[in-house]
Amino acid sequence: MNRTVLLWLAIGWVGFMILPWYVIEDGFWGLQWLWDGYPFDSDYGPAWAHWLEGDKAWLAPVPLFLGLPLLTRGLLKSDANYSKILIFSGLGGLGYMVAQGFTVGISGWESTIFEALFGPTEIRQYGLGYGAMLVAAAFLFFLTQGIAARGAINGDVFVVSSIGFIIAIVGAFIFFPVLQILVSALQDNNGAYSLGVFFTKLSDRKIWGLDCLFTTVDCGAAWNSLFLAIIVGASTTALGLVFALVATRSGFKYRKVLRALTILPIITPPFVIGLSIILLFGLSGVVTQFFAEVFGVQATRWVYGLPGIWIAQMLAYTPIAFLVMIGVVEGISPSMEEAAQTLRADRWKTFTTVSLPLMRPGLANAFLIGFIESMADFGNPLVLGGNFDVLSTEIFFAIVGAQNDQGMAAVLAFVLLCFTLSAFYAQRRWLGRKSYTTVTGKGDSGTHALLPNRLRWPVYTVAFSWTGFTIVVYCMILFGGFVKTWGLDHTFTLQHYITAFSVTWGSEGLQWTGSAWNSFWTTISIATISAPLTAAVGLLTAYILVRQTFAGKDLFEFGTMLSFAIPGTVIGVSYILAFNVPPIELTGTGAILVLCFVFRNMPVGVRAGVAAMSQLDKSLDEASLTLGANSWYTCRKVVLPLLRPAIIAALVYSFVRAMTAISAVIFLVSAEYDMATSYIIGRVENNDYGLAIAYCTVLIFVMLASVLVFQGLVGERKIGRREPEKTDAPAQEQAA
Amino acid sequence: MSIKSKAASVTFENVTKIYGGSVVAVDNVSFVVDAGCLVTLLGPSGCGKTTTLRMIAGLEMANKGRVLIGDENVTTLPATDRDVSMVFQSYALFPHMNVGDNVSYGLDVSGMEKSQAREQAIEGLKLVGLNGYEKRLPSELSGGQQQRVAVARALVLEPQVLLFDEPLSNLDAKLRRQVREEIRDIQRNLGLTAVYVTHDQEEALAVSDRIIVMNNAVIAQEGTPRDLYEEPADIFVADFIGDANLVSGEIRSLSGDLAEVKVSSMKVSLPHRNLRTGPVNIAVRPESFLLSVDTETPGIPGTVNKASYLGNHMEYSVSTDLGDLFVVAPDVVNTIRPKTDVKICLADHGVTLVGDN
Repeated sequence: MNRTVLLWLAIGWVGFMILPWYVIEDGFWGLQWLWDGYPFDSDYGPAWAHWLEGDKAWLAPVPLFLGLPLLTRGLLKSDANYSKILIFSGLGGLGYMVAQGFTVGISGWESTIFEALFGPTEIRQYGLGYGAMLVAAAFLFFLTQGIAARGAINGDVFVVSSIGFIIAIVGAFIFFPVLQILVSALQDNNGAYSLGVFFTKLSDRKIWGLDCLFTTVDCGAAWNSLFLAIIVGASTTALGLVFALVATRSGFKYRKVLRALTILPIITPPFVIGLSIILLFGLSGVVTQFFAEVFGVQATRWVYGLPGIWIAQMLAYTPIAFLVMIGVVEGISPSMEEAAQTLRADRWKTFTTVSLPLMRPGLANAFLIGFIESMADFGNPLVLGGNFDVLSTEIFFAIVGAQNDQGMAAVLAFVLLCFTLSAFYAQRRWLGRKSYTTVTGKGDSGTHALLPNRLRWPVYTVAFSWTGFTIVVYCMILFGGFVKTWGLDHTFTLQHYITAFSVTWGSEGLQWTGSAWNSFWTTISIATISAPLTAAVGLLTAYILVRQTFAGKDLFEFGTMLSFAIPGTVIGVSYILAFNVPPIELTGTGAILVLCFVFRNMPVGVRAGVAAMSQLDKSLDEASLTLGANSWYTCRKVVLPLLRPAIIAALVYSFVRAMTAISAVIFLVSAEYDMATSYIIGRVENNDYGLAIAYCTVLIFVMLASVLVFQGLVGERKIGRREPEKTDAPAQEQAA
Repeated sequence: MSIKSKAASVTFENVTKIYGGSVVAVDNVSFVVDAGCLVTLLGPSGCGKTTTLRMIAGLEMANKGRVLIGDENVTTLPATDRDVSMVFQSYALFPHMNVGDNVSYGLDVSGMEKSQAREQAIEGLKLVGLNGYEKRLPSELSGGQQQRVAVARALVLEPQVLLFDEPLSNLDAKLRRQVREEIRDIQRNLGLTAVYVTHDQEEALAVSDRIIVMNNAVIAQEGTPRDLYEEPADIFVADFIGDANLVSGEIRSLSGDLAEVKVSSMKVSLPHRNLRTGPVNIAVRPESFLLSVDTETPGIPGTVNKASYLGNHMEYSVSTDLGDLFVVAPDVVNTIRPKTDVKICLADHGVTLVGDN
């Protein structure tokens, strides 16, 4: 019998016979079930025990499907029956488990249709646990082995299984929750489907109202979000271009320092800039007070609303636009500009007729990224929004506010999703292949033309003043934590740090007495667990995307990159809607946070992997294959070792992003698993700015340290070259 | 321990490869590579030669037809399970492993004991003249050395068939000649079956037992280097193998093996190669035109346009009523200046009648 089939058969049967079938109340790692009535306690029993007790008759068909692969004994892989049996077992088993999982819930039938058909029932089931997980995995891999045996992808079991695995988890943790939003949007408060309710909610004045054009009443959240996203996209693109020009086309000596700017958004929790803006321009802000005292200007709350969010988002996303633009500006082949110059064009003419048109796709790309980021931003509008409602915060208030209207949240999430997906689609459709960047394998030894003089000074002015402003903003964050009460009492104090991070050495040893420690350690451990998972899933996906061709690959790629375009608030709402009830019951656990991070950050891992893997010559893989290694061995011994820098980058980035995330997290935290960011937002809502800012500072430094340490590690190691072996050259010199 | 050969033949039976549903890369191709032979797949880029090679390796799968190695049908077998190994254009040495690890990689995969694999790897390196380089990294070797490591890595597995995908194209001209001779020597001494892809006709003529010329996804001609050069099957092969001037003439009559052919103002007798009377193409090698400055001699009148000195020979461009002709002359002492009127006659070798494909 095939060894891989045998392995999964064993795993499947362990899942069915030994491990508890349903989810265990005391958490994923709890082992209490072992000595608490196992196997016949109805909470902890494995599937066969449930079945014997007779209350869960629906588990009976599972062992049938699980037994089928035994029939492949003695069959060759090339035998048509071999693949048929495995496909039938896998597809049948999975299909049955899914169908059954959605039929019976905590309180009996899931749908009124079944109740009408079979009458009311006493039976009930909870979320699926370890046992079910293993059995489902076994079915999945029976299916993929069956498909591989039919000759898909040259019969490569490892590749087919990987594709199947990625499709399954992306389906379960991205598509299923997002679909759940659509379903909820179509339901009224009693769970009945109604298009009328959907359209009533969709056309709500709070979403689409245009009153601000004629009266002083605010416009609907959709218009606000759209307008904000457009101006943020446009202004960050312009600033990004300015910085990119300074970095590549000026004789400015310290232009490389500008690149340090790009590290800022990575390590800054999104709302921190909002907080700092309040410290500067709020009612008791430094600038406001200064104007009030010197010029007698009445202090107002002007910064709360559109202006404040706009400034904060510009500060937050300009570095991202810079990162995009610098790639484009550097990618333009210098020989094009040199060609223009030898054709008698002066610098200004060269810039306007050659350089700028070549940057056009980059500009559009930067705009769309700024647009999507602004739409999805949750932290800054929450802190600075005032009466200016945007979609992402409205979704939050629909769920946590007095209304607790999940349907309304779903409708708002649906609208937001439509905006970001359109932008994402446009970006890929127009710009995916249309790129004028002209880096070729051939050496291009020219140099970029310098900026024309009439452009140079405006560009310098904008770049330096914006850099200055950014520095001021970050200084505010640093100082804000050491001041008693901002705007009122500017005496130096360590009180905020002591409240949050004090430790005492008592009779019971070290005590973490600070109020922030709980959320701090939760954040660190959740980020530590999710980072390697993110990297693994991302790199596996990248391997499949770069190295394999199969039908439906474009769709596969779109699906895996999709979560990049889904705003965090939408993910948060969808996870609540999808994973609050069986068959997958996760709310209130740490696992839901980990899963959320893995799938939110997956595109980061995919991109890092794709970028690194595209630079690895495909003939390396092929050489390994023709030398008799299979694709799993090739992956381990050839591809992975060469991807080490990409792996580290993906690890660090997903670790740091897990620490700064707020939008999705705020829906998913629980008393037991509180995250740093949601704790800080809680402090801000209580007007406890000092502690919030102190905590932010600590987070920024923790992340800065981890990024720098890892960058140091990566920087030292160049792909494929080791340090030359140490020779005793000095000794030889002395001898000579 | 030594490296032996398990040479087996390769057979293609009506093999077709289609990419993406419509692009035909290899169209109904059949051939046999005998065990112990070096056969070259030669052709311009995009002719299907690399696809053919990759189908032998198992890196591409045939859509139709059968591929056999020895007597075994391997049509659906992936690369991992075939007993072939390949030398890549880009060398494809694993940059994170040293030379010894690279060469013993395939042996480790097949489960050979470490010390034994190591010994075999050293044997392989000896064969390519890189004894003592085991601890070096690929990046510390020159291009020629890297390619030799790649050859050793393929050899030590004692494959049934050894494949070469344009192995010399990343080397400079001098090194190319040296490495190709080494490859040929090793192949001959061990009696290996080898399939070799190149677009360089000179390289193909130098290393091959037989050459398969491909064009537009089909085989244009197959034969020994001498067959191809002296008796090209069609205009394409005549032009691709060596240089050839194509001039048109007319077969006036046939007698025995010979045809009486009229070329411009001249009449010549050539083997008829089963062609019928009427218009015909004649392929003339550049060295088979003989130039004479004495305009009294019989021949085709022409005027020298350009003359280039290339050290060991002269190249002329001569305009005639047959068109511009490309002529190579060995005489570098008495050269002919441009604008000189000349008479051209044909040598008794290197002149062949060719059909219209």
